[in-house]
Formats: sequence, structure tokens, C-alpha cells
Amino acid sequence: MPETAHAADRRDAAWWVDRAVQILVLAGGLSAIVFIAGIFVFITREGAGFVFDRFDFREFFGSPRWTPTSSHNPTYGALALIAGTASVTGLAMVVSVPFSLGAAIYIGEFATGRVRETLKVLVELLAAIPSVVWGFIGLSIMNPLIIQVFDVPVGLNVLNAGVILGLMAAPIMTTIAEDALKAVPDTYREAAEAMGATRWQVTFKVVLPAARNGLVAATLLGVGRGFGETMAVLMASGHSINLPTSPFDSVRALTATIAAELGETAAGSDHYGALFTLGIFLFLVTFAINFAADVFVRGGQRKHRRRGRRPAASANP
Amino acid sequence: MSVAEPATPGAVDASAAILVEKLNLWYGDFQALLDVDLRVRAGAITSLIGPSGCGKTTLLRSVNRINERLGYVRTTGSIRLWGLDVLDPSVEIAQLRKQVGMVFQRPNPLPLSVRDNVLFGTRVHLPDGRPPNRVEGDRIVEEALRQVLLWDELKDSLDRRGTELSLEQQQKLCIARLLPVKPRLLLMDEPCSALDPAGTEAVEELIWKLRGDYTILIVTHNMAQARRASEECVFMLLGEIIEHSDTASMFLNPANSQTAAYIEGRYG
Repeated sequence: MPETAHAADRRDAAWWVDRAVQILVLAGGLSAIVFIAGIFVFITREGAGFVFDRFDFREFFGSPRWTPTSSHNPTYGALALIAGTASVTGLAMVVSVPFSLGAAIYIGEFATGRVRETLKVLVELLAAIPSVVWGFIGLSIMNPLIIQVFDVPVGLNVLNAGVILGLMAAPIMTTIAEDALKAVPDTYREAAEAMGATRWQVTFKVVLPAARNGLVAATLLGVGRGFGETMAVLMASGHSINLPTSPFDSVRALTATIAAELGETAAGSDHYGALFTLGIFLFLVTFAINFAADVFVRGGQRKHRRRGRRPAASANP
Repeated sequence: MSVAEPATPGAVDASAAILVEKLNLWYGDFQALLDVDLRVRAGAITSLIGPSGCGKTTLLRSVNRINERLGYVRTTGSIRLWGLDVLDPSVEIAQLRKQVGMVFQRPNPLPLSVRDNVLFGTRVHLPDGRPPNRVEGDRIVEEALRQVLLWDELKDSLDRRGTELSLEQQQKLCIARLLPVKPRLLLMDEPCSALDPAGTEAVEELIWKLRGDYTILIVTHNMAQARRASEECVFMLLGEIIEHSDTASMFLNPANSQTAAYIEGRYG
């Protein structure tokens, strides 16, 4: 019968909606790639003039002299800026890794019920505090505190920025670390508990090793966050070009340099290009860190793929 | 109903490994076990059979209190292991579970090497007051793997992850890792249900071999398995024990009409 053949061939509203949604989400997915590529092309293009004409590898990575505004002999040594960012980020990790791992282990493995839910919400709220607020805390609370406690002339230094940045990075690291713990199949815990392991033994001997990749990824993402953070570091680090020799030295971060100087440069000048070169460097470093974190996360997933993730309480009520 | 002779509460009955009295258990509002009385003979294999949801796994999981992981479980009555009241709040769960090993439905080796899986118990319980050293560890691993007939297959791959083995090997490894801390009782929750027929046969043979050295309580869905691989058999229905007798007589000559119906496959 011709009618039935016709009916099987019909494209109804659902077909068109499905089609439209597919195209829409495809566009959404592609846009991420387009934006990343666009950003990369933009900063590369702006920095390219400097990179090819003026850039001196030895000077850029080897000299701490960053004097782009000098009228007779501008120099573009980024070593002090890199050291500033690295020292602040390094101290931040020392502060945030124990805090965030501890919090994640408590939330994921020890806390139950209300306490656990409340804590999770609080941690997420903490992650939403704007960085300028953290900078403000660094400036107006940490600064006098450090001067008072350690008896140093300036409280805006590596210690201040590191602690502030560590506290800033901790919530996001906690959330990711807790996800990593949650991804460990519950059957592992049950097996270990059935063998008489205590809560802590289960956590330390079974869950943490199984979640290792995810925990490394959480730390790396925290490092990436630290590298890219601008405002709080600008406000709390003292913003003076310096190769730090102690936590009480003021430093200047790569990001803070760009933020503070870009508005004052003439577009297309060497100084302008140099700032974009810093941007390219930052982009590459954070890209590498995020990529590494991603590799670790995937490594962790492959390990658990063969096992179910739901609690295998084969309760037979 | 039950053929277990009534025992005076608190009396230590050397031939009874487990003595369950008036055990009631609720999951939230749902009562899963009703006045269960059970006496499990020491050194024998006792199988728990019954249709899905009859409470056999719940009963099994009450003995080492692993049920309590769920958090919403309430229990009354008593379970005595060689005289020790398991449900007493003062019982150290870690010590209890050292005595009572458990094998799960799905093999669940830890994501560690074969060697570390076998040694896990000794590292948790420190039988000599410290973790075994290299030499002792080697001996423990070999002994345990020999007991479960895995030594020849795995002696050259002790560093492989336990989770990478075949399911049959995984399940044998899960039995092997219980042995180094010398449990007296092994609980098995459908230990063969995830295995293929060859694996099932191999694991059943192993369980049969362990009889005598250990008291074994095994939940099974598979009637043929209960018949082949157990000495006593307990039939449960809707949270109650309907019949308990030696396996041969239950299958040849069930005393209860519901047991007969179940065994003949009319339900379940």
C-alpha cells in the first residue's frame, strides 16, 4: 500500500527538533575549540613582533632585569617575574595540598549525612569568593598580621600571597579531590572493611592509592589556578621585581605584570609585545599543566572502568 | 521447623560455630528477618537457599556486621560465634572480621598486586605485632595461594594487579587473602554467580576442600550447587527459616511443603 510507505518516510516535528538540537549542540561544542584557537592566535599575533625581532631567549629566561620603560636601554628579563609566580604558587601548594586533601578525605570518607552535605556546599561557596576579596584580605588583614608576628618591614610578600593563593585554590582542589575519591568503587572499601580494616586503614591503604591519579590531577589544577591568578597576587605580593630569597621578600608575578602594565603601553611597541610574550608563556604553562592533569584523570578512569561505581551492597532484603 | 536443638542462652556449645537466636532485622521500616533461630555446625559447610529477597544474604551479612555499612539497619536478638555475642556494641569489629572472612558475589580483589592482596589482612591485623617481612611475606603468599590452587598459575605474576586476573582467579584470590589471618568462619555470598561453569566448578571444588578447616556458611541461588557443595542446608522464605536439615535429606525428603515446592522449582 502506498500510504504505509509514505508514513514510514514521514519527517515529523520530533525529527526536525532532533535535527535542530544536534546542530545547536555541535555548534556549542565547536565554539570551545574556536575560542581557544582564537585566543591563542590573538596573543601569538600580538606577541609575534616582539618574539621575532627583539626576543632574546637568554635575556628573557635568564635575566631578572625587567625595565621595559627605560628610555635608553629597555630590558626584558622575565626571570624575576617567573620566580615570583613560581615562589608564590609553590608556597600556595604547600598551604593548600594538606588542607584540601584533608578536607576531601573528611568529606568523602569520614563525614556522613548532614555534615557532609553542609560541608560540600560550604566548600563550593568558598570557591565562589571573588579573587579581589582575597586580595583585600591579603592587603588589610594578612599584611599587618605578618608585620606584627614576624617583625618585618613589609607584609606584602611571598608569604602573604602564597597563603592567600593557597586558601583560594583549596576549595577547587577539595572538590576535584573529593570527586576522585568518589570515583573509587565502593566494592574496594567494602572488601577492605570486611577484612577488618579500620576507616583510616581503608582510606590510607586502599582508597588513596586507587584515587592517586585523580588526586595528582587535583593538585595540578590547583597549580594551574595559582599560575593564572592575577588580582589577589597583585594585591598581596608587594608587586616589586625581585628574585626572592626568603618568604618575606616582595615579588611580582607574571600575571600581575601584564595586568598592571598593559594599559600603559602603546599598542605594537616592544613593551606591548613583551607583555604578550609573557602571556604566551603563561598560556603554554597552564595548557601543559591542564593537559597533564587531564592525562592523570584519564589514567585514573581507565583503572576503574572495569568495575561498577555503584555501591555493590548486594542486599537481599 | 528448625531441627536445631534448643540451646540454653549463653551456654558455649562447642559444636556450634554460629548460634543465632531471635534475630530480627529492619532496613528502615522494612523487616527483612523475623525471629531467626539458627545453629551452624562447626567445621561444616552450611548453605542458605531460598528465593530472591528471602533474607539469606541479609542473614549472612549480619554475621560479620558488614550490613551496618548501610547505616539504616536495626537489629535485635543475638548472634553468637563460639559464645561471643557479635551484636554486642562492645565487640571490636576489626577483631570480629579477622575471625570471620567474607567472599562476595562479585569478586572484589583490591586494586593492588596479587601479593599485596594476600598480605592485606596481615598488614591490617599485624598477627606478630608488625607487618610480615619479605621472607615471611613470601611464605604467607605461597601458602595461601597453594591452598586455593592458584600458586602454579600465579607464582610468576605476583606483581600483577589483582583486578586484572580472570574472574575465577579473582574469586580464588579473594578466598586466599582471607586465609593468612586464620579466620574460623568463612561467609560466602553466592561466590560463583559471576563465574562461568568451569570457574564455578573450580571454586566449588576449592570450597569443598576447605571444609573441616573452616566453618563455611554459603548463600546460593543455585540449588544444584547447594546439593553438591554443602552438608547442611537452610531454606528461608520471606525473612524466616522454614527448614534446616542435612542437605541430602532436604533434597530427598523435604519436611515442609514450601521447601518441597521451592526445590521442585515451582517458585523462586
